[in-house]
Amino acid sequence: MAASVRVLAFAGAREVLGCSELEFELAAPLTARALLARIVERFPRLAPYASSLRLAVNDRYAGWDEVVRPGDEVAILPPVAGG
Amino acid sequence: MTLLDLREAPLSVDEALDAVRHPGAGGVALFVGAVRDENDGHAVTHLEYEAHAPMAARELRAIADEIAAEVPGVRLAAVHRVGTLAVGEVAIVCAASAPHRAEAFRACRELVDRIKARLPVWKREHGPDGPYWVGWRDARCDGDEHGAAEGEAHEHGG
Repeated sequence: MAASVRVLAFAGAREVLGCSELEFELAAPLTARALLARIVERFPRLAPYASSLRLAVNDRYAGWDEVVRPGDEVAILPPVAGG
Repeated sequence: MTLLDLREAPLSVDEALDAVRHPGAGGVALFVGAVRDENDGHAVTHLEYEAHAPMAARELRAIADEIAAEVPGVRLAAVHRVGTLAVGEVAIVCAASAPHRAEAFRACRELVDRIKARLPVWKREHGPDGPYWVGWRDARCDGDEHGAAEGEAHEHGG
């Protein structure tokens, strides 16, 4: 299994990251909360938005205590605005 | 048959109605959401919709399954458009049929409300004030850099 997760970013979060997709190193399982904290460390411009973001893991909304494992696909979701 | 889809092509109200009508359906409720020419005092010329498509398809199915379990005898259809839409174009069509109107109205309303609350879709408004992602400015919370560690995200209704 890859020692990384694929991270997708959408809408405003995509623009802050400057890309829609990246590989994020992840040697061992981590909670969604801790993973977002690491992503924010690497992309400090995301910090002011962090409390409004949600993560999805493998196409499902993830709780903050959910464990993310190497090989998972994680999506950074700003507040949704469909309809 | 349940019609659930995200697509770039223009939406058809008739397609949604046809997907839910059947001889036992005495009531059909329909919601059509269109692009408005202003929002929050900003003039809007067009919208861009972006989706996390595989997740949105999954979430749409989950929402439809929930409502079908909660409201007896309903059939549902929901199609959301993505891409660039001009003012007046249809962004979403939801339809619900049931033996009687009360269930049809209820199911249609729940369908629209849950889609707006949960579907991973975003819109960028374009107009004289420049393009911006709806809800993104409100999502900014200065001085709370580690808020995500504190629990659930805030709700930002539109």
